Amino acid sequence: MSTATEARAAAARPALARVAAGAALVLAALVPLLVSGNVADMLTRVLAFALLAIGLDLLTGVAGLPSLGQAAPFGVGAYAAALLGKHVTTVGPVQLVAAALAGAALAAAVGWLLVRSRGTYFLMLTLAVGEIVHELADRWEGVTGGSNGLAGVPAITLYPGGPPVRLAGVLYWYVLAAVLVCAGALWVVARSAFGRTLRGVRDNEERMRSLGYRTFVPKYAVFCLAGAAAGAAGSLWVAQARFVSPADLGFEVSALALLAVVIGGRGSLWGAALGAAVVVLVREELSPQLGGRGPLVLGLVFVAAVYLLPRGFAGTRLRRSNRS
Amino acid sequence: MTALLEIHGLTRRYGSLVALDGVSLSVTAGARHAVIGPNGAGKSTLFGLVTGSLRPSAGRVVFDGRDVTGRPDHARARAGMGKTFQHSSLFTSLPVVDNVALATQRAAGLGMAMLRPAGRHAAVREQAMGQLERVGLAGRAAAPAAALSHGERRQLEVALALAGSPRLLLLDEPTAGMSAADSARFAELIESLGAGVTVLIIEHDLDVVFRLATRVTVLHLGRVLADGTPDQVRADETVQRAYLGDAALDDLFFEEGR
Amino acid sequence: MSWLGGNLVTIVDGVAFGVLLFTIAVGLSLVFGIMDVLNLAHGALYLVGAYLAVRFVGDGPATFGAFLAAGLAAVAVGAAAGAGLAVMTRPLATRGHLDQALLTLGVALVVDDLLSARFGNDVQSVPPPAFLAGSVSIAGREYPSYRLAVIVAGLALAVLVYLLVERSRVGALVRATVADAAMVRAMGVDTGRLVVAVFAFGVVLACLGGVLGAPVLGAYPGLDERVLILGLVVVVVGGLGSVPGAFLGAMVIGQVEVLGVSLLPQYASFLVFGTMAVVLLLRPEGILGRAGGVRGTAGVVPRRMGKPG
Repeated sequence: MSTATEARAAAARPALARVAAGAALVLAALVPLLVSGNVADMLTRVLAFALLAIGLDLLTGVAGLPSLGQAAPFGVGAYAAALLGKHVTTVGPVQLVAAALAGAALAAAVGWLLVRSRGTYFLMLTLAVGEIVHELADRWEGVTGGSNGLAGVPAITLYPGGPPVRLAGVLYWYVLAAVLVCAGALWVVARSAFGRTLRGVRDNEERMRSLGYRTFVPKYAVFCLAGAAAGAAGSLWVAQARFVSPADLGFEVSALALLAVVIGGRGSLWGAALGAAVVVLVREELSPQLGGRGPLVLGLVFVAAVYLLPRGFAGTRLRRSNRS
Repeated sequence: MTALLEIHGLTRRYGSLVALDGVSLSVTAGARHAVIGPNGAGKSTLFGLVTGSLRPSAGRVVFDGRDVTGRPDHARARAGMGKTFQHSSLFTSLPVVDNVALATQRAAGLGMAMLRPAGRHAAVREQAMGQLERVGLAGRAAAPAAALSHGERRQLEVALALAGSPRLLLLDEPTAGMSAADSARFAELIESLGAGVTVLIIEHDLDVVFRLATRVTVLHLGRVLADGTPDQVRADETVQRAYLGDAALDDLFFEEGR
Repeated sequence: MSWLGGNLVTIVDGVAFGVLLFTIAVGLSLVFGIMDVLNLAHGALYLVGAYLAVRFVGDGPATFGAFLAAGLAAVAVGAAAGAGLAVMTRPLATRGHLDQALLTLGVALVVDDLLSARFGNDVQSVPPPAFLAGSVSIAGREYPSYRLAVIVAGLALAVLVYLLVERSRVGALVRATVADAAMVRAMGVDTGRLVVAVFAFGVVLACLGGVLGAPVLGAYPGLDERVLILGLVVVVVGGLGSVPGAFLGAMVIGQVEVLGVSLLPQYASFLVFGTMAVVLLLRPEGILGRAGGVRGTAGVVPRRMGKPG
């Protein structure tokens, strides 16, 4: 390849990426017109889970803080939205904001302690916190309904006094809009100077300190951001499922979120959304066809992904066209 | 002639092992101060204690008139200390220019800026490119840091240390593993820094030391053995003995042709 | 004092639970200490041991022979699984410890589902060996005999492990490798085989713990998570890479968990987390951990928790 062709190809890559992104968005928006209600429901769940995975990708892929505890803020957000829906307000966006704040609050409460540790140690601590919150949900019957969870969560409305959203397609559009806004915010953060700071901390925290960074602050900030994203995702999940139980806070949810990030490519954000789609599809569509052995397949996929996809789908090839 | 850095009785113990024992020295502003000594003399320990990556068992570190003994490494960096690492310590997944931009963006107070895309901070990028030009790496700005050769990595190390506009530049064996040509280029770079930057350099390469240094401190077994101008140290017999036993050291300490 | 007496049975329960936690924690701690690998499949392998007890003992007759068979099977399966995991994680050593931990997570998911497929999702209970089925009367109170037996067995195991790690030549090599693997290799020791041995040993202990604990905790999907988490908390509290630390941590957490559930069921989780948080604040390397981190590499234990930065 001559250098001129190479240069043209290199310049074309970002443009190609933009076209692909645009096409994906158009397709995503058209979904309710193309598929049945059940499929739209499932895709809604994919979207909610994708937001959880994207938040985790920011935390783990970009900032290098590996977490197996994101189910905790996710579940806290879900419970917050469910409780609001049952007792206070059914306005979806209000539940969304409240859930995001709840997730961020949990992250803020434990993060200041957790974020001081690194690598595998940090992973262990997030696991512990995740499970402790899970047990809390299981035991605090008065608030969370105990192991039975909270059923009968009313359908959300899009604005105060509005009609409850009962059409799967409309709910899908709401969740899509919400995810685009939240994920968009995370994407903005990832490409900002702060995002670069996070990558610096991930690559070489000691070096960052020698440059004058108080590394605790960006780590704590991204931990809280990921908590907010997880909480928001939780409210969207409940908006579709209309039910929340301790299982939604379980270790399995955290593991699946991390699997989505690993498959999709750590650090690219959009890759995590793709990974989330794979995970939900395997679990919900393939699993019944495999005699319910979905978790087995996912486990094997996990093992394969770790061996074969060090950078997941997003890979290094696309990353070379990065902007400074 | 004010002292930019003062060390008083700095001691570091590891259990019963004393790595550094009551070391005191003073670095004048604008000086090129070298610390030399045979292996195990405590040079790295001293470096760590000054930069803040190690805590002293006893003694004080005073920087620019302020006691920084209890301050963590990032605080000392903010106060004006820039350091390099003995083994290149870079951000390997990022391009070269981003590596330096991390330093310049912090100096510009933009480390936590979450809204604008990183590339839009023009001043940050310009300063980063400026630093790269200074060390001769401008042509490699877009390359991933992981793809650099050893010599280029050492250059990037220095660029990172300089990018924060430090008052005191601390170099930990910067020419280790460098070719003669690279070492010479490195020495030129240090010479070009001007009086605004004070340099404290731990070095093994005595050619570099005696070319650059305005003052030399010799450490041996955790203590200061000699401290003076390069000529004084060169002539000091105790130094010669410490380095190579009782053998004569003419060829080590004197340039050929003298 | 009367409160103590009234709750003595619970305290004994706590000691028994602590002993079971020890069997898990010590393997986790040693594997992490020697390889920096967090074996997230450890809980699943405990569950394998528990299901082995279900398989061999079932509804009865709960003969000692059946338990012995289960125990031997646990040793065999544990050794194979541990060695297998060591071999599987080795190629990832250059890619970092997170990847290795993720691999073990994948294995855990697979093992979990296989167990679920084979044994179903219901809680399986295993009766204790017939001669230990009753209770013993001490100072006017009844204590379940099996719990006491678990304590005795567990203490014996703890002593055995301690002697092996702290007093034997192999143990010295293991501890040396934890401290400085490169140095041990330079001495001509094949650390690769040592790592496989330690991994196998740790997993065998977890499996045996599962067999031992089956009459106490039963076997059901989700038990592995509970046991893994508590094992991790024990390791954090007791200190990484330390056998006495794992024992001490296990005793502490065992008590906190059991007493907590018994006395303050809604706050039990807080108590366990609170204990861990207190230890992290005051002594981040764990009660008996080595100050300054196990390996001294960035990525293990924080040196100072007091000052943010």
